[in-house]
Amino acid sequence: MSTPQDINVRQKPAVAATGGATSTVLATKRLTKNFGGLTAVDSVDFSVEEGEVRCLIGPNGAGKSTLLELITGQLSPSGGDIYFDGTDLTDMDTHNRIDTGISVKFQSPHVYENLSVEENLQVPLQRTDRDTAQVLAETLDRIALADKRGEPASDLSHGEKQRLEIGMAVTLDPTLMLLDEPVAGMSVDETADIASLIRSLHDDGMTFLVVEHDMDFVRQISDRVTVLNQGEIFREGPIEEIEADEDVRRIYLGENA
Amino acid sequence: MSGSLDGGSTSLLGRVRDRLEGPNTIGDSPAFWVGFAVAVAALAVYPFTTDPYTIIQSSRYLALSFLALSLCFIWGYAGVLSFGQVAFFGIAAYAFGIIGINLSSTVGVGVAIVGAVLAGTLSAALLGYFMFYGGVRETYVTIMTLVVALVLNTFMAQTAGSEWAVGAAQLGGFNGMTDIPSLTLGVGETALVLEGVGLYYALLVALVASYLGLRVLVNGQFGMTMVAVREDEARTTTFGYDVPFVKLVVFTIGGALAAVGGVFYASWGNYIDPSVFGIAFAALPVVWVSVGGRESLLGAIGATLAIERMRTGLSSGIGPIGSEWALVIVGGLLLGVILFLPAGVVPRLADLTDELREKRSERSQSTAATEEPTE
Repeated sequence: MSTPQDINVRQKPAVAATGGATSTVLATKRLTKNFGGLTAVDSVDFSVEEGEVRCLIGPNGAGKSTLLELITGQLSPSGGDIYFDGTDLTDMDTHNRIDTGISVKFQSPHVYENLSVEENLQVPLQRTDRDTAQVLAETLDRIALADKRGEPASDLSHGEKQRLEIGMAVTLDPTLMLLDEPVAGMSVDETADIASLIRSLHDDGMTFLVVEHDMDFVRQISDRVTVLNQGEIFREGPIEEIEADEDVRRIYLGENA
Repeated sequence: MSGSLDGGSTSLLGRVRDRLEGPNTIGDSPAFWVGFAVAVAALAVYPFTTDPYTIIQSSRYLALSFLALSLCFIWGYAGVLSFGQVAFFGIAAYAFGIIGINLSSTVGVGVAIVGAVLAGTLSAALLGYFMFYGGVRETYVTIMTLVVALVLNTFMAQTAGSEWAVGAAQLGGFNGMTDIPSLTLGVGETALVLEGVGLYYALLVALVASYLGLRVLVNGQFGMTMVAVREDEARTTTFGYDVPFVKLVVFTIGGALAAVGGVFYASWGNYIDPSVFGIAFAALPVVWVSVGGRESLLGAIGATLAIERMRTGLSSGIGPIGSEWALVIVGGLLLGVILFLPAGVVPRLADLTDELREKRSERSQSTAATEEPTE
């Protein structure tokens, strides 16, 4: 395991210093989740540095989505702790965790089907004190849905719904953005759109943790990749190293080495 | 909210309309507001055109409309279907009776009004707290609220003995509580007792004010939050909303509206009995709101007035149809609406109006295009 595990996250300043060395935004300590006899996440020490786009890959059942749900608080851990920006999130309700600067988009699109595109964006946006009209216009441009702002979300295509939902999560102006398989079921073009959307948000300083299966997509967005297998961190490193790693290919990419 | 998006209107009237209009209510056109004003004016002159007995009956329909508004608000906008809104209506009615009978003065009536509305509101807050923080959801909320009403029904029905009294107020069991005071406006000897036409006008003013107030609420930020909770609770939580708290606030406001109706109702008949907690009465708000349209506050009021007027008509029998058929016909109406107009009458009418308007504008555009071909 290559990440330092002795970072005392509690002592970090709440607001990360600008410039200079990177700092840890998210860290889990011996995080564990058991479902009955099955250990889905097994004593995971994991961290995400400020300003990176981290991808989390692994075979089905590796515990990727469980890890994400532990971070957002939809699941409560069987053991271990989660720190975000110096705050201990472990016993916090989901809605309070979001207020610390985390935003999330789950795998299947969960837009408000009966509301218009614009209203969908207003729901998260009205919780912030950001300038509504300005952020709306910016976000609609960014997700390329400005011409559909008045249409009900139920009329959008699958790819458009995914973009809208990323836009909704982004209006909260989070420090850390969690995405669970953002390009599942998308065409090559739609995938490229999402990749450039993530890159442009990353250029503006947003940190990402992305669960993904599609290695082409991972290559388009990621700095570092963490491989999860059977609830444990299997490998972590730059994408080239991970793709070249024979053990990773064996467990994940399905190749017989 | 809509003001900041549309650039806002500068005139006072424009600003008022900005607050009242939005995506969550039907009827935003000048024509709608003219129609609304005409309807309110018609209700205002109604007492001059008919006999006192009819006005007394109409006051009852107006009092019940608060119950409809209350259910429409929590069910239509936040997706919480309560089958027991009558519980808060009845609790307030009994509380008004108990306080009003014990403090038999004009000041006493004022205290009774405040106390009764508080009693209904706090009951809703308490039940809501246990349900929403206890993770009770969807159908279970419906069942639990109905059970609360039915338990109250059974309990109040057995309070017939003389030992069942709060001070001077006998609860009266099945026979109910009598001698509940009428509402009064003002204090002392100059106080105006609201009976007959006076009560009718008080109800009309209170109902119009409640309707407009709710329109402002549902078209503002809180309305957007309610709709988000109705559409997808899990997703709304992951935008940082405290969903149980939102539902508790909504349910408590709903309880307050039902309580206001209960106070009017108890003072209207100077009487209340346990049938307000019974299943036949508990089902009526669901019928009114389903028929009028869950997402239409005005539809809920209109349906209440129409259905209750119809029930009054049926109770004296129409031709060969006796009064025993009244509830059967109301039930049939509910089934018919669920089958053919699932969104309710008013939303369907609004859709039809929109379609007509679109067709007309398409037609005028196509004629304009043929008359003035572009270069």
